[in-house]
Amino acid sequence: MEIFLLDKTIVVVIVFLITLLIAMYSTWAERKVAGFIQDRIGPNRAGIFGILQPLADGVKMFMKEEIIPTQADKALFIMAPGISMLTALLTSSVIPWGSYLEINGRQVMMQITDINIGMLYIFAVVSTGVYGIMIGGWSSNNKYSLMGALRASSQMISYELALGLALISVIMMTETLSLKSIVEYQAINGWNIIYQPLGFLIFFICALAECNRTPFDLPESEAELIGGYHTEYSSMKLGLFLFAEYVNMFISGAIMSALFFGGYNLPFHEELSTVFSHNTLAILGTVSFMLKTFTFIFIFMWIRWTVPRFRYDQLMHLGWKILLPLAMFNVVATGTVILIKMLW
Amino acid sequence: MEQLLFIILSVISVAAALCVIFVRNPIYSVLSLVITFFSIAGHYILLKAQFLAIVNIIVYAGAIMVLFLFVIMLLNLNNTENQEKRSFVSKAIAVVAGGLLLVSLVGLLKGSVLTPTTGGISSDDIGTVQRLGKVLFTDFVLPFEISSILFLSAIIGAVMLGKKDLKDH
Repeated sequence: MEIFLLDKTIVVVIVFLITLLIAMYSTWAERKVAGFIQDRIGPNRAGIFGILQPLADGVKMFMKEEIIPTQADKALFIMAPGISMLTALLTSSVIPWGSYLEINGRQVMMQITDINIGMLYIFAVVSTGVYGIMIGGWSSNNKYSLMGALRASSQMISYELALGLALISVIMMTETLSLKSIVEYQAINGWNIIYQPLGFLIFFICALAECNRTPFDLPESEAELIGGYHTEYSSMKLGLFLFAEYVNMFISGAIMSALFFGGYNLPFHEELSTVFSHNTLAILGTVSFMLKTFTFIFIFMWIRWTVPRFRYDQLMHLGWKILLPLAMFNVVATGTVILIKMLW
Repeated sequence: MEQLLFIILSVISVAAALCVIFVRNPIYSVLSLVITFFSIAGHYILLKAQFLAIVNIIVYAGAIMVLFLFVIMLLNLNNTENQEKRSFVSKAIAVVAGGLLLVSLVGLLKGSVLTPTTGGISSDDIGTVQRLGKVLFTDFVLPFEISSILFLSAIIGAVMLGKKDLKDH
C-alpha cells in the first residue's frame, strides 16, 4: 500500500512538472512560431534562440505591481486564476502517458489513474472549466470583463455539446470509457482517425473553442473588449490566466493524440520488442505520444497566427447549426455501421 | 480511511449547504451550491456509484449552475437592500412552504428503518456504466423512454419559447 502511494505520488509530481514545463515552453514556442509566420525572428535575447525567455517572462510577471480594483470582490478576484489553473491541470490525471515501466520487478503505470469512467471525467472537468473565467470576469466589477466572461461561458456551453457527441462515437466504437483501453484498442485495430475522421474534425474545432484560442478567442478579443475577462488582472494573476490557456492547449493536444492517433503505441511493436527492452520501448512510446501532442500544439499556434477571429453570430451559428447536427449525424452513422457489422 | 473520507465530505457538504441559504450575496450562494454538488459526488463515489457521481458533476455543477451564475451575473442581483423590504405576506408564505416540506420529510422518514447494505448491493461494479446501461435498457426501459420523451418535449418547448416571432417560421 505504501509503495503504491509512493509510486502514485511520484507519477503525479512528474506529470505536474512536465505539464508546467511544456506549458512554459509553449509560450516561447508560440512567439517563435508567430515570428516565423510573420517573417520575424521572435525572441532571441535571453539565452541561445531565446531559450530562457519563459524564465524572463516569469520573473517579469512576478515583479510587476499587483493591482486589485477597489470595487472588486476581493476573495473571488484572488481565487479565480487559481480555479482556472486547477481545472486546466485536473484533466491530466486520466491521460495515459505511456504503458508501464518495470522497476525492481514492480509495474509502475505511466498514468496517474485509470478509472473506468475516464472519458466522463474529462467531460466533467471540461464543463467546470468555465468557472475560473466567469468568476474572474464578474469579480473584477468591470463591464468589459463581464462581457468577456459571458461570452466565454456561452461559447463553452455551446461547444461542449458537440465535443461530447464527437467523443460518444469513439466510445461506441471502442466500447469502453477508460482512456487506457481506448489506446490499447487502437494498437489492435488501427488509429481511430481512420474510422472517425468527422468525429476528429469536430473534436478538434471544439477543442480550439474550449481553449479560447483564435479563431474562437472572443472572450478576450482585445480590439472590442480590451482584454475580456482578464482586463483588470495584473502581475502573476494575469500570468496564471494566460498560463492556464497553454496548459489547456497541451492537455487537449494530449487527449486528441490519445483518442484518435494511437496514444503511446508504436508502429512495428512486435519487431521492436525483439530489439529493445520493455522499459526502453515504454519510454519510446511516451516520446512518440509527446511528439504527436507537440504537433497538435503547433497546429493550434499555426491557426492562431493565420486565421482571423469569428464574429459572434458566426461563432454561435457554427456551434449550434453546423457542428452539433454533424456530430449527431456522426453518432447515428457510427451506430448504423456497428449494427450492420453485428448482423453480418 | 473510508470513514474519515465520509466525515470530511459530510462536513464540507453540510457547511456548504448552510452557506447557500445564509450567505447574502447570491453569487456566493451559487458557488457554495457548486461545492455542495462536488462533495455529494464524492459521497456517490464512496457508495461505488462512479457514473452517478460524474453525471452529477457534469449536469449540475457543469451545466445548470453555470446557467444560474450566468443569470445572476446578468441580472446583477447584488443589491442586498432589497432583502430588508420583504413584505409580511411573502414571509408568511415562505414559513408555510418550509413547514410543509418539513412535515412531508418527517412523514416520509418516520416509518423507515436504516438497513445495512447487503453483500450483493455493495459489489464493486454496481455503479459502472456497463451495469447501469444493461439495467436501463432491459428492466427499466419503459420509464427510461418516457423520461426521454419528457426531455424532448422540454427541449422543443424551450426552442418555441426562445423564438421571438413564430409567424416567420
